[in-house]
Amino acid sequence: MLLLAFDTATPAVTVALHDDSGVLADSTRVDARRQGELLAPGIVDVLRAAGRTRAELTDIAVGVGPGPYTGLRVGIVTALALGDALGVPVHGVCTLDALAYAARRDGTVTGPFVAATDARRKEVYWARYDEAGARVEGPAVDRAGELAEEVRGLPAVGAGAALYASEFGDVRLPEHPDAAALAAFAVERLVGGGGLLAAEPLYLRRPDAQVPVGYKVVTPGGPGGRA
Amino acid sequence: MADEPLVLGIETSCDETGIGIVRGTTLLADAVASSVDEHARFGGVVPEVASRAHLEAMVPTVRRALADAGVTMHDIDAIAVTSGPGLAGALLVGVAAAKGYAVALDKPLYGVNHLASHVCVDQLEHGKLPEPCMALLVSGGHSSLLLVPDITADVRPLGSTIDDAAGEAFDKVARVLGLGFPGGPVIDRWAREGDRSAIVFPRGLTGPRDAPFDFSFSGLKTSVARWVEARQRAGETVPVADVAASFQEAVVDVLTRKAIRACKENGVEHLMMGGGVSANSRLRALAQERCDAAGIVLRVPRPGLCTDNGAMVAALGAEMVARDRAPSTLSIPADSSMPVTVSQALS
Ligand SMILES: Nc1ncnc2c1ncn2[C@@H]1O[C@H](COP(=O)(O)OP(=O)(O)O)[C@@H](O)[C@H]1O
Ligand SMILES: [Mg+2]
Repeated sequence: MLLLAFDTATPAVTVALHDDSGVLADSTRVDARRQGELLAPGIVDVLRAAGRTRAELTDIAVGVGPGPYTGLRVGIVTALALGDALGVPVHGVCTLDALAYAARRDGTVTGPFVAATDARRKEVYWARYDEAGARVEGPAVDRAGELAEEVRGLPAVGAGAALYASEFGDVRLPEHPDAAALAAFAVERLVGGGGLLAAEPLYLRRPDAQVPVGYKVVTPGGPGGRA
Repeated sequence: MADEPLVLGIETSCDETGIGIVRGTTLLADAVASSVDEHARFGGVVPEVASRAHLEAMVPTVRRALADAGVTMHDIDAIAVTSGPGLAGALLVGVAAAKGYAVALDKPLYGVNHLASHVCVDQLEHGKLPEPCMALLVSGGHSSLLLVPDITADVRPLGSTIDDAAGEAFDKVARVLGLGFPGGPVIDRWAREGDRSAIVFPRGLTGPRDAPFDFSFSGLKTSVARWVEARQRAGETVPVADVAASFQEAVVDVLTRKAIRACKENGVEHLMMGGGVSANSRLRALAQERCDAAGIVLRVPRPGLCTDNGAMVAALGAEMVARDRAPSTLSIPADSSMPVTVSQALS
């Protein structure tokens, strides 16, 4: 197995290559506005650093969010195009699961905890995990202050927790998910038979769109309405 | 010819996911998935709805284009993509997909200008672009007159709209008349039943001291709205066909008059038309009439290639390859305000 993993659902544009024994190379750059510029060069760099070629890839794993939509789509559509052209499967991983996996790998959490990323508009994307690292609630999007006390009181990882440190009592690292964690999580599931998600975005919100109210009359005092 | 480059073009600047495949100047496939129906009830394109639709349509539309062209992914020599101008989030889906295909196939990437693509697409129908030529580019987002010495590297704007684009005027007047979205095709149809000299609507920026190659359609739209509202207030029925025909005449009269003058003043013998509004039947007829009278050769692609599509992007990409232009890097951004003077994003 040679699995290419990446995620663009947070400010971290992160890429890693994993054969089923471990991570061969990885690269992470944090820039919330340049996912579209950084991802493809990052993929080329990681392949080169590992001395492998795209033709050797057997699987692609991509973070499917939740995360800000514009950046999120960069990762997913890149994965779909790569998978289509190379004829390899594309697996989806919840970005919060990758963040949670990184936290347990780094030892910043041991018991139950919550992972949260910035959803903008004063909200966070979040999920809750048990002491074995299994997701037990979420992903969801809410205002940090409106989360249940027992969620907010848990150790909390991710930039969403750091941003609302006054709501989350016990904020811990890491700030962002990384593709090395995402790759390791995906390989564990693929080898262990746990199953992964479809490569489709977890938007969690409907698109903002307002139906315009009838057309605006230009003559003052006109009757309005339509012809 | 089999030795000409086989180019896949990706277009996602607005609400159409367009995938085209060309070999040199030969069109092999033009697959389009449109989200226009999802936008119609909002009376205009909703960017987030368009971006979501592009993501879903991308791979299936690429597959459809390959099947239509009877080629495989591995036959592709280069990937071209609209890198701007357009809706930022929508463009980004196409640019990221193009990079994914370019990386996977290890083929060069060309990030090209949407407006230059609208001009270049005519190569697929009428052969190599005559250069220099004049281009009248009229769509939902743009109305410009361009002098084109080299479509891949030297495009010079002579003038453009100072307010609404021509297509925008069609869309807004259609709303005034309660005809739905997009307005261009409906007004074109209604106008055929109407009298184009029934009402004299103003011709913007046609005074002796006005900028000779700039356009203005906002006053025209307001004037149509006033006229219609006055009839409604008087309790009269609005003669929709006559209003549509008279409005349309005002737009195409100004467009063609200025285009011919631009050709004459620059000593250019070929006028190209492109963009969604050049699908308009009256614009095509009047431009032909006036070009014939002035001894100018008019070139307009068939209506299906005037609106946004992937074939036009592939056409410009193929021209970049044919002229040995260096490919774009994998770092090119999606540039929502890419200037018309930049035919290709390099890095
Ligand atoms: N037959 C027509 N007559 C006039 N306008 C038209 C006609 N067909 C399409 N249009 C207009 O063309 C515009 C779309 O042009 P297009 O080049 O596809 O899009 P964009 O400007 O978004 O790139 C719309 O404003 C539409 O109303
Ligand atoms: Mg267009």
